[in-house]
Amino acid sequence: MSKTERNPGMPLNLDWVEGIQVNTSAVERRAKSFSGRRSIKKKHQAAWLLKALSCIDLTTLAGDDTTRRVKRLCNKAKSPVRKDILKALGVEKLNITTGAVCVYHEMLEAANGFLKGSGVELAAVSTGFPAGLTPFDMRVEEIKRSVAAGATEIDIVISRRLVFAQDWQALYDETKAYREACGDAHLKTILATGELATFRNVAKASMVCMMAGADFIKTSTGKESVNATLPVSLVMVRQIREYYQRTGYKIGYKPAGGISTAKESLLYLILMKEELGRDWLEPELFRFGASSLLGDIERQLEHHVTGKYSAGFRHAIG
Amino acid sequence: MNIMTILKTMDYGVAPENTDEAIAWLSEHKNKFGLFINGEFLKEKKAKYFNTYNPANGKKLAQITQGTKRDVDMAVTSATIAQQSWAKLSGFKRAKYLYSIARLIQKHSRLFAVLESLDNGKPIRESRDVDVPVVVRHFYHHAGWAQLMEDKLDDYEAIGVAGQVIPWNFPLLMLAWKVAPALAAGNCVVLKPAEYTSLTALLFAEICIQAGLPKGVVNIVTGDGNTGSLIVNHEEINKVAFTGSTAVGRLIREQTAGTGKKLTLELGGKSAYIVFDDADIDSAIEGLIDAIWFNQGQVCCAGSRLLVQESIADRFHEKLKARMQKLRVGDPLDKSVDIGAIIDESQKQQITKLVKIGVEEGADLFQPNITLPECGCFYPPTLLTDVDTSHHLAQEEIFGPVLVSMTFRTPAEAVALANNTRYGLACSIWSENINLAMDLAPKVIAGVVWINCTNQFDAAAGFGGKKESGFGREGGIEGMYAYLKPKYENKLKACKAQVPFELKHKHSLATVDRTPKFYIGGKQVRPDGGYSHAVVSAKGELLAHIGKGNRKDIRNAVEAARKAKGWTDTTAHNRAQVMYFIAENLALRSEEFATHIHSLTGVSKKLAENEVYASIERLFYYAAYADKLDGAVHAVPVRGVVLAMPEANGIMGIICPNENPLLGLISLMAASIAMGNRVVIVPSQTSALMALEFYQILETSDLPGGVVNIVTGKKNELAQVLADHYEVESVWYFGDRKGSEMVEKSSASSLKRTWVNNGKARDWFDKSQAQGQEFLNQATDVKNIWTPYGE
Repeated sequence: MSKTERNPGMPLNLDWVEGIQVNTSAVERRAKSFSGRRSIKKKHQAAWLLKALSCIDLTTLAGDDTTRRVKRLCNKAKSPVRKDILKALGVEKLNITTGAVCVYHEMLEAANGFLKGSGVELAAVSTGFPAGLTPFDMRVEEIKRSVAAGATEIDIVISRRLVFAQDWQALYDETKAYREACGDAHLKTILATGELATFRNVAKASMVCMMAGADFIKTSTGKESVNATLPVSLVMVRQIREYYQRTGYKIGYKPAGGISTAKESLLYLILMKEELGRDWLEPELFRFGASSLLGDIERQLEHHVTGKYSAGFRHAIG
Repeated sequence: MNIMTILKTMDYGVAPENTDEAIAWLSEHKNKFGLFINGEFLKEKKAKYFNTYNPANGKKLAQITQGTKRDVDMAVTSATIAQQSWAKLSGFKRAKYLYSIARLIQKHSRLFAVLESLDNGKPIRESRDVDVPVVVRHFYHHAGWAQLMEDKLDDYEAIGVAGQVIPWNFPLLMLAWKVAPALAAGNCVVLKPAEYTSLTALLFAEICIQAGLPKGVVNIVTGDGNTGSLIVNHEEINKVAFTGSTAVGRLIREQTAGTGKKLTLELGGKSAYIVFDDADIDSAIEGLIDAIWFNQGQVCCAGSRLLVQESIADRFHEKLKARMQKLRVGDPLDKSVDIGAIIDESQKQQITKLVKIGVEEGADLFQPNITLPECGCFYPPTLLTDVDTSHHLAQEEIFGPVLVSMTFRTPAEAVALANNTRYGLACSIWSENINLAMDLAPKVIAGVVWINCTNQFDAAAGFGGKKESGFGREGGIEGMYAYLKPKYENKLKACKAQVPFELKHKHSLATVDRTPKFYIGGKQVRPDGGYSHAVVSAKGELLAHIGKGNRKDIRNAVEAARKAKGWTDTTAHNRAQVMYFIAENLALRSEEFATHIHSLTGVSKKLAENEVYASIERLFYYAAYADKLDGAVHAVPVRGVVLAMPEANGIMGIICPNENPLLGLISLMAASIAMGNRVVIVPSQTSALMALEFYQILETSDLPGGVVNIVTGKKNELAQVLADHYEVESVWYFGDRKGSEMVEKSSASSLKRTWVNNGKARDWFDKSQAQGQEFLNQATDVKNIWTPYGE
């Protein structure tokens, strides 16, 4: 995979934003059809599951997180699958890891230490996550501090109220400021799609964030009542395609929350491949915000190797 | 390929559907199938067989029996015998059988799906996720109709034995669409599957056995077109239902003309797929994939004509091409395949030939850079842009994975292009503007309209076409009517021949000479030919000379009716008001009309008065109905509404009965114009003078010119001109048997709807047979408009 050139952003183009149309029923029909249109079996399934695994942002965002808890997670991220399984699959040399570990700011320092040299990215949720309603300058400051503490990726939350107001200029300015604060760290913009009410809002907010320089657009904080779904993903990746067709820049996509089975993860990969293409099947351009997903993938991989259904306790928890 | 490599390519690999059970089923039958007649598979030693192949690899699947005349006779006899008791079963009992069939198909759903894909070449995804579920739903839904017949369709009864001939593109689905309503209504069937694809019909026969269906209710006679022709033309068949090509449909129309057989035809199409600049373009493109690359484009209602607004055309085509690049063509049994095999090499050659013509005419060809299987019968998804209306491919049905694209500037131009075709099956409209979409839906001439969706089918919604796409509906209550006849029909007696009264008093024109003319476009018009004939009273007096109409008079009348489109578009309330006014004005002159009837027919004055009174009442009756044939909102399994809108046929020819000169004419005229039709009326000889008197009433009743046009003359001659006329959408004929046959036969060229009396007389005073649902159904065509919603 060639590294893609980073999205520099562009001036806000309201014509593009306001021209966006989304037909909900049609989107749902298409989203529903992926499972019937593509089927991945046997060796291919194992490979695709390994790919899914390498795209996971292993996440802990709990009030009771501690350094040792984060250490366990980081070690799982570095070594997500039992070595004998990897060997049986013939991929032990690949040094497969998850895509990133995602934590709150306070856990960054510790996580940074545990992950050094592993190739696992370190992501921090930021800007007053999950509501994003702390004072604006503090939100910008939070980003800067997290980057200084070793975060290579910053997951920000957009101000939902700006979407309801259709104040695309303000959303653009806010996101642009976040991007500047990120410096070299990659910016993932969380839309909190479960709260945006309509697919049109989701699509327009996606486009504005990309114009403002987002490296990734992401569905959810995991704290909304509705998290990532296939239909909302379809809406967002279609905007990624639109932005790519118009500017030539590839933006990443991260569905977060609610994806817990290997089978579902394949549907998301299929969606990415069908709507965007092969390039989006790499952690550079695709991530799952999920934790329990890993466990199911491990079980399925073991099943592929042994032909017997696996059990959770046979795999290290993260 | 090892996992390391797959991780680089991220290919899907293959995901073949297991075919073991289907192959085992074929083996159980020793790959050789007899006909299914009278509840069992026949084992004829002398039978002739033909082979059926898997189009994806050319391998022989089984041998199928070529049904002979003897076989068809046997099947029809068994169906005729079975029908007596089948129709007498309670609705509940028939419902139980249909329910059982639905359950059994569901239980064997994968076997059906795999067998279908093997035999037809369609992707397993489609047979598994579309065909079979829609089939099951169809039987469930019609189990319900069997149950509710007594409640909802009490004035109707089964037609008898239905001969059904179905195509190869949806073998099992078309079987379901034919068999389910037929059985629900109390008919028995003799069905012929397409020669290429008989297997699922034979598996269905086994399901009938398992369901304990009485012998003879369903008979499956396999064979080629000759077998189909034997069924269609069999004397004991009462109803013919055909789905297939327009050419064969036309032939069947001709062959069944005058036989009294009821007929429904579901034929070809060149359906428009309209995309406005405010559409969700990504979704519209995805819809297009389902519209034209569903079932390899071998779909009668395929959205094969893309009409895209100029302002977005280039961007749309670019996006479409990128999307086409993702289509996977290959083994239909691979679960990751989008496009399977073309049914037969001959069909592939036909597609190739047509595309070649398109390119020669200047179309720009695009085929994505994707690999096709090396063997088997495959054709790549194809887009032809820069196609214009004058090009062959803009008009001809390709029946393959080939889309032609044209552009439009305005909504009006979109409608004009959409309707610029001999067909009228379906249309998709993509726009996020509900005003625009709902405005267009009624303007497009098609039986089905899909707003922001495409190729949606459900048992509860009627499906069928207009113009050369055929007539009749399948699904919903409108589909049930296709398998029913009004109960009074059996009671009708033959018309009496009309003998003109002899002129006894040659100089009896006592009053001032009157010149009744034709009534065309709201004006009194002299006959084109300049010939007249005498009207003689019952007493032998010369009453008047009336014009002898010819072809040109009919042409002018149709022209006037065409211009009166405002009547179809005006509100039902307005139509009702005009009709009440007609009644009012007739009432004012009732005595005079009674006198006319008395002198024209010789009936008693009392009876003549009754006829005028009944005519006034009938005008009231249809005025009342003008705003009450509401249509329906069908309950289909989508979030949205399917609006079943009864629409006027358009321009109609009405040939009036000899009986009851005034009442007969008014019954037919009132029913048709109340529903918004514009009509050309040919009165019977007895009613001719009456009709011409009657136009004075029309003239004074605010009826816009051209809505009703009256031309007198030789009934069957004029009827033929109307039946032949391409712009006349429907002809009602009430006259002799010969005329009925002629009208049906002549209608074959335009495939217009006809309603003929087969020489039977009605009692126009008897409300059960002279007014009501049957008239309203014949005066309208149901358009189903699918409108999913949700934000």
